[in-house]
Amino acid sequence: MFDSIGEVILLFWRTLLALPHAWRQRQKVFEQFFEIGNASLLMVCVLSFFIGAVIALQTGPVLVERSLASAVGGVVGIAIAKELAPVMMAILIAGRIGSAMAAEIGSMRVYQEIDALRTMNINPIHYLVLPRILAIALALPLLVVFAILVGWFGGAVVANFNHLMEIPFRAFFADLQNIVELKDVGNGVFKSFCFALIIGAVSCHQGLTTIGGPRGIGRSVTKAVVNSIVLIVIFDYLLTRFLLK
Amino acid sequence: MSQPHSHSNGGVGLVVRGLRKSFDGQEVLQGIDFTVQPGEIFVIMGPSGSGKSVLLKHLIGLEEPDAGEILINGEPITTPEIAAKYRMALVFQSGALLNSLTVGENVGLYLTEHRLKPAAEIEAIVAEKLDDVGLKDAMDKMPSELSGGMKKRAAIARALVIEPQLILYDEPTSELDPVSSVVIGNEILDLKRRIGVTSLVVSHDRDLAFGVADRIAVIAEGKILVVGTPDEVKNFNHPLVQGFLRAEFKREK
Repeated sequence: MFDSIGEVILLFWRTLLALPHAWRQRQKVFEQFFEIGNASLLMVCVLSFFIGAVIALQTGPVLVERSLASAVGGVVGIAIAKELAPVMMAILIAGRIGSAMAAEIGSMRVYQEIDALRTMNINPIHYLVLPRILAIALALPLLVVFAILVGWFGGAVVANFNHLMEIPFRAFFADLQNIVELKDVGNGVFKSFCFALIIGAVSCHQGLTTIGGPRGIGRSVTKAVVNSIVLIVIFDYLLTRFLLK
Repeated sequence: MSQPHSHSNGGVGLVVRGLRKSFDGQEVLQGIDFTVQPGEIFVIMGPSGSGKSVLLKHLIGLEEPDAGEILINGEPITTPEIAAKYRMALVFQSGALLNSLTVGENVGLYLTEHRLKPAAEIEAIVAEKLDDVGLKDAMDKMPSELSGGMKKRAAIARALVIEPQLILYDEPTSELDPVSSVVIGNEILDLKRRIGVTSLVVSHDRDLAFGVADRIAVIAEGKILVVGTPDEVKNFNHPLVQGFLRAEFKREK
């Protein structure tokens, strides 16, 4: 994985240089954007609801037992906004969208469609990579905002109905509002933006470097997902430690 | 390889000198030399694995040689302006149509992506080129709905949109039935007649080679064994060449 980091960075740099062509590729960006949204919205909803619910379930009774019921909303709110929503959604999108990107571009590579583009003087980075990275960089932060809201709601439902907590909705959200600041949500959204760039660059790179037949495509898909997740977790620590303290 | 959509037609000349290429220590091209005249149909024949497709990739700029040079009208193919100056197209063995686009979108891709014409004009050009290759009704079909022969003809239509001065064909009749092979062969001849394009055909199809070629080169083990007219090649006394040209089944009577 680490042997190809240089190539991924180079691909990302070339994609940045291609940004002036973004407007020309807007149709493809929108197509990819809606594909990501359509493919992921329901999953994001289910996943984030239950993540919020389980965080409330794990922390709530302990806090209530220690007369800290007013902290439940804040703990759930912070955990979801700053950590769980961006990381879990990025992992979900790496599996759902990163794999699709690597498979599609990998298959185009194997079946010479990318060579055909090059013979027509169409730059594969402009035509294939730029729209996908832009689309995922727009879609993932939006999905994370959605996931944060649904996750908070999931936490509030469990805090309200679980007999060990029974914290009313109004109290849960008032506590959450007291503790969670807008910049906490901003941190999560910024992280998800960085994760989106990682997923896009890693997956497109794996697709573009696919060799062999269907087995090669399968290998690229697996590597795209695994490498993206490993990098997401590493960058999650680095971003939290150095940028978003 | 091509850029602006001008209308200066007529084929270009091609010179290949001392072309060498190795992959993982194995020398696939061992010093290839030949010349193709403007407007000529030049066929490169040879058995599978002889280096034909690798040679073709060099000619369109998809591979870089370890040594040697390729000249288009006397200018090295590595010159940055070459893509702007001369229009070249490659018809891939598989067709290499983009599976996510319709046939019409595939054929018009070059014009659409380079924004060379308004949409209505592109549609008219695409319809005309598809008509030229007998695929008028396939414009809205997806590549997966086409037969092997139709895919190749669609790929030729996509190449024609570029208004090429040099068309390279990679095994244009592989996987095709004899009737479809003849249709493709006639298409290659017709293009030479109509627009005077230079055609370089890589194939191991003996019928196609001797049916369309002005000159033939036989390549084996990364070297060119003979270059000449079909008759000259047919009569060239070399065991590999004769073995390739006269290969047939031995059936007991």
